[in-house]
Amino acid sequence: MTDAVSAGPRRVGAQGATRKSLLVADARTRRRNAAETRFKAYGIVAIAIAMLALVFLLFTIVRDGSGAFRQTFIDVPVTIDAAIVDPKGNRDQKDMAGVLTMSYGSMLEKSLETWVAQNNVQIEGLGKADYASFYSSQARATLRDMVLENPEIIGTTINVPALASSRVDGMFKGRVTAESAEIDARTSLAQFRLAEAMEEKGALTTRFNWDFVTQPDASDNRAEAAGLGVAIIGSAYMMLIVLVLALPIGVAASIYLEEFAPKNRLTDIIEVNISNLAAVPSIVFGILGLAAFINFMGLPRSAPIVGGLVLTLMTLPTIIISTRAALKAVPPSIRDAALGVGASKMQTVFHHVLPLAMPGVLTGTIIGLAQALGETAPLLLIGMVAFVTAYPSAPPEGLFEPASALPVQVYNWTQRADSAFFERASGAIIVLLAFLFAMNLVAIILRRRFERRW
Amino acid sequence: MNDMRLAERTVDTQGKPIKFSCRDVQVYYGDKHAIKDVNVDLEDKTVTAFIGPSGCGKSTFLRCLNRMNDTIDIARIEGKMILDGEDIYDRRVDPVQLRARVGMVFEKPNPFPKSIYDNVAYGPRIHGLSRNKAELDGIVEKALRGAALWNEVKDRLNETGTGLSGGQQQRLCIARAVATSPEVLLMDEPCSALDPIATSQVEELIDQLREEFSVVIVTHSMQQAARVSQKTAFFHLGNLVEYGTTDDIFTNPQDPRTESYISGKIG
Repeated sequence: MTDAVSAGPRRVGAQGATRKSLLVADARTRRRNAAETRFKAYGIVAIAIAMLALVFLLFTIVRDGSGAFRQTFIDVPVTIDAAIVDPKGNRDQKDMAGVLTMSYGSMLEKSLETWVAQNNVQIEGLGKADYASFYSSQARATLRDMVLENPEIIGTTINVPALASSRVDGMFKGRVTAESAEIDARTSLAQFRLAEAMEEKGALTTRFNWDFVTQPDASDNRAEAAGLGVAIIGSAYMMLIVLVLALPIGVAASIYLEEFAPKNRLTDIIEVNISNLAAVPSIVFGILGLAAFINFMGLPRSAPIVGGLVLTLMTLPTIIISTRAALKAVPPSIRDAALGVGASKMQTVFHHVLPLAMPGVLTGTIIGLAQALGETAPLLLIGMVAFVTAYPSAPPEGLFEPASALPVQVYNWTQRADSAFFERASGAIIVLLAFLFAMNLVAIILRRRFERRW
Repeated sequence: MNDMRLAERTVDTQGKPIKFSCRDVQVYYGDKHAIKDVNVDLEDKTVTAFIGPSGCGKSTFLRCLNRMNDTIDIARIEGKMILDGEDIYDRRVDPVQLRARVGMVFEKPNPFPKSIYDNVAYGPRIHGLSRNKAELDGIVEKALRGAALWNEVKDRLNETGTGLSGGQQQRLCIARAVATSPEVLLMDEPCSALDPIATSQVEELIDQLREEFSVVIVTHSMQQAARVSQKTAFFHLGNLVEYGTTDDIFTNPQDPRTESYISGKIG
């Protein structure tokens, strides 16, 4: 009797277990679903962290660097005093060239003094030194070049925007405040007040500064004049070399390894080593470049040709690996089809396989190029860290002349004391990122164009 | 291995000339002996079907006939395969020329991701079969007509070949193979990826192709072999077990293995 009673509910329970309602999830299903939900949440959190990091990075760079694209200019009429620029009065280029930039500075100071007097600006403690350091030392040189080029402006009063010093410039970018100006040896409170007064009357303007991307680098005490021109040209030359060398060599190597080479121990070793090369630290390539191209082959230091060769070596594994992956992804049925109608191996590869692999090849190449564009360490070792103010000439000669490179310029500027250089370094990073962005855009467009379905 | 071979095979040539004559063909994939002692004479203007269970070597043997096995590093072929009196495995033979004479259609339709016109024109172009555009147009049209595809695609020759339906794609591949005017057409399970309607179209086409070419078709479907072929070869475990007219093979098989395969007991 007791047996029967105890057996009854057990059987009901057993029946319930075999025929459960679909409307109620059992414990196992709930656990599984919870695990899935948790996993999705981890994924979302990971992406959110990545996005936040990216946004923070871009925000700080844009905040610190956008100032580099704007520059403060002084719009005060300058009288070109014939007695100063042409002391002999004969308008002779040689004699005029003998006048140093210092003397031009005195004209600028005088023009500012005149402006202060004319506008009746009263500032306590405004002295000669404040006028002198108001202008960038670049402004005198620019004025001198202008006079030497157009001697007819001598004796006239011209209205040329002159570059303000980095401290005056900083007053309009929040870098220099009244408090910091007071204790700064290179500026003063009086100068700060003068700048305020001038801005109010429209004699000081901050405008977009193309010079930042076109002019060469400037020395330590002329941050306001420093530009990226030479670095951009140097980087462009190196990218040209990398593209011209790495793309054909890389693609040819991959095609041979993937389509023609016999599969044996030797090709296995080559394959493994190509993968290993992709992971070699870039500074090692720099040392290799120094030893092979400069010391052994005797190529010039700081030249884009050497940088380009080193970056080519660095980029090759990336291109080979991605090209081989792209070739592998082409379905074998296409090869069969081409061979089946009597195409030779080479015709098969060049008429059918390579065009289908093209999106992958181009993506790999552009990623490799972008990597090379941002590479700094190997360039430091081959002397591209030098201070270069002269533009290299057009290729091919220009490839052998000293130049800088974008990432090296960034590195260079972050080393300098003046905080204006920090702003310029951030600005250079913006330019670098813009180039990388453009390259990736090109990669996407090319991939879209070449993409075919089969 | 000789005991696996049928001692007597009735090879009835029906008066048609022999296109391919294979003697003592052995194929090895590395250590694996995939084809053993195959002797077969394939007739001109005849559809020959290779049947047999999966892995019996019928596709392997087919791929030997235009040296497609050359692309597999570990494959090794012995014996003689004589096409019109010339051994295709002679050292002097360039497989590229051979493949223009022995065309191939594959299991999965594999048109190039190019226009329909370019798909068909590719073979004639690389072999230099036409002197000018008009001639090439003529070849393309003839090949597409030959593949019973012309009426369906004549207005969209510039559209991509991969946009066609499966059956059309397979007929396009046949047109591509026919365009180089081969003498032998090899078909490796050409209908296995097609629906019944497309299959019957392709089968009809195969019957027409017989008038011009010697067709060799590998098929899993015995019904298909019975429908399209005049001669049938049954392969089993790398041996050619029985070869004869299709009627004989299906109605009066000599070998017990053939009989059990046809009646569905093995395979």
